[in-house]
Amino acid sequence: MGAGIAAGADTGPISSQEAAFRAQRAERRRASLVAFSILAVCLLAAAWVSEFYPSSLIAGAPRIGEYFQRIAPHLELRHLLAGTETEGSLAFWFYRLDSWFLLILETANMAALGTLGGALLALPLSFPAARNLRAPNLVRIACRRGLEAMRTVPEIVFALIFVWAFGVGALAGILAIAVHTAGALGKQFADAMENTEMRPWEGVFAAGGSWPQACRYAILPAALPDLLSTALLRFEINIRSASVIGFVGAGGIGQELYQVISFNNYEEVSAIIVLLIITVSCVDLISERLRRRVIEAVA
Amino acid sequence: MLRLQGVSRRFGAVHAVQDVSLEIPAGQMLGVIGRSGAGKSTLLRMINRLAEPSDGRITFENTDITALKGQGLRDWRTGCAMIFQQFNLVQRLDVLTNVLIGRLNHRRGLLAHLGSLFAQFSAEERAAALATLDRFGLLSTALQRADTLSGGQQQRVAICRALMQNPRLILADEPIASLDPQNARLVMDTLRQVNRQDGITVLVNLHHLDVARAYCDRLVAMQAGRVVFDGTPAELTPARVEQIYGVSEAEFHGDMPEAAEAPLFPVPAAALA
Repeated sequence: MGAGIAAGADTGPISSQEAAFRAQRAERRRASLVAFSILAVCLLAAAWVSEFYPSSLIAGAPRIGEYFQRIAPHLELRHLLAGTETEGSLAFWFYRLDSWFLLILETANMAALGTLGGALLALPLSFPAARNLRAPNLVRIACRRGLEAMRTVPEIVFALIFVWAFGVGALAGILAIAVHTAGALGKQFADAMENTEMRPWEGVFAAGGSWPQACRYAILPAALPDLLSTALLRFEINIRSASVIGFVGAGGIGQELYQVISFNNYEEVSAIIVLLIITVSCVDLISERLRRRVIEAVA
Repeated sequence: MLRLQGVSRRFGAVHAVQDVSLEIPAGQMLGVIGRSGAGKSTLLRMINRLAEPSDGRITFENTDITALKGQGLRDWRTGCAMIFQQFNLVQRLDVLTNVLIGRLNHRRGLLAHLGSLFAQFSAEERAAALATLDRFGLLSTALQRADTLSGGQQQRVAICRALMQNPRLILADEPIASLDPQNARLVMDTLRQVNRQDGITVLVNLHHLDVARAYCDRLVAMQAGRVVFDGTPAELTPARVEQIYGVSEAEFHGDMPEAAEAPLFPVPAAALA
C-alpha cells in the first residue's frame, strides 16, 4: 500500500525534493568525513609530538601494576583487628590515623575556606563580566581578562608563590585555592547571569535604580540558585586540589603524601590514598544532598 | 507639561518614530493608539530614555530630558514611572520587595546607596509600601513571591511600585495586552484611579480602541511612526478610524498578534477540515 502511494505520488516537485534531500545528506556526510579526517590527523600529530608511542605505553603499563603491588598493604586475616604493634593488622596499616585525620580535616577546611573566599571574590567581578549587563567596555574587558588569568594559572603555581610569600602552611593553600576558584567561578557566575531574564533589569532602571541596584535586585535573585549550585560543585573539585597542593608545602594532607611517596613508605602511600578516596566520596555525597537542599530552599 | 518637539527614532533605515510633536498638560490621561509596529512603544520608551531619540527634544517643565544623564536621568526616571506589558517584576522576590524597588532612587548618599544593596529599607518605607498594596487590595500578597501572582495582580503590583516612586507621570506600555478582559478592566480602573485621585499624568499605549475611548481624556493615533490623529475620544469615530487606517474598526483589531486576543485553545485547522 505504501509503495503504491509513493509510486502514485511520484510527481515532479516531490521527487525533486527527495533529490534535494539526498544531495543535502551527501553534502553533510562529506563535511563530517572531512572534519573527522582533520581531527584524526591532529590527534596523530599531537601523539607524535608528545612522544605518546604505543611501544612505550606497552613497556610502561606493567610497571603501574608493579607500583600498586608495592603499595598494597600487607594484611593477614587472623591479625586483621589486632593492635598497632601487630604486623598484618588494619591498625598497623593505618598506624598514624590520628595525625592523618587531622591533616584530612585541614584539607577539607582549606577547600571550604578557599571556595568561600573565591566565591566572594568572584561575585563582584562577575557582574561587570556578564556581557548582557553592559558594563563600560574597559571595565568588562578588564574583569573578563582578570578572571581568565586567575583560572588559567593552576592552584599549585599560586601555592608556590604564596608559600614563598607567607611561608609553609594552610594559609598559602587557602589563598591559592581562593584565587583560582575566583577565576573559575567568576566565569561560571557571569554565564549564569547572561542566562537570566532581562525584563526585571529594565524594570529597576525604569524605577530610577542605578547599575549596582539593578544587579542586586534584578539579576542576583534570578541567578542565585545557579550561583550556589556551581559554588558547591566547586567545593567538591577543591577538595581534590586541596589534597594535592600540599606537595609544595601549602598545608593539608598533600605534604604528608608527598613525603611518604618520596621516602618510598609504600604502605603509607596506599593508606593515605584510601583515606583520600573515602573523604572525597563522603564530601561528594554530602555536598550533592546539600546542593539539592539549597536549590529547593532558594528556588 | 511634557513637551515633545520633532522627536524621531531610527533603527538603521527604519523610522520607528518620525517627527512627533506633542504637548501633554499635567493631569491628563492620554491614550496612544495604533497597530503593532506603529511606534507607540518606542515613543513611550524615549520619554523615560529607555530608548534614545535620534532627533528632536523632550522637555518637562523647562528641563531638557534628552540631555539628562547620571543622577539627573535616574531622578527623571523616578519621576516618570513605567508600567510594562510583561510587568517586569522580579519574579523570585516577594511582592513587598518588588514594591520597595520603587524607593531605590530615594536614598541619597553613598551609605544609603550601599544599604540599598543589602535590602535595608526603613520601617517607614515598608509601611508606605504596605499601605499602597492595601489601597489596591493586594496587602495579603505582600510576602508571596511575585511569580505566584496572577497576571492582573502582578500588573497592579507594578503600579504600586510605580506609585512608590512618587511620580509626576506614569508611562504605561501596553499594560493590558497580556491580561484577560476582567483583569484588563481592573488594571485600567487602577490607572484611571491614580490619574484622578493622585493627579498623576498618565500616558498609556493601547491597541484596543474601545478601551482607549472608555478611559482616556485624549487620544493620539500613530501609524508608521507618525501621529495621524490627535483629539478627544468622541472625535475618533469608527468612520474616522477607517479614514485613517483604511480598514474598519473590526479589521483594525482583527489582525493584532497580541496574546490577549488569541483563543486560549486554538482549534487546529485540520480538525475543522
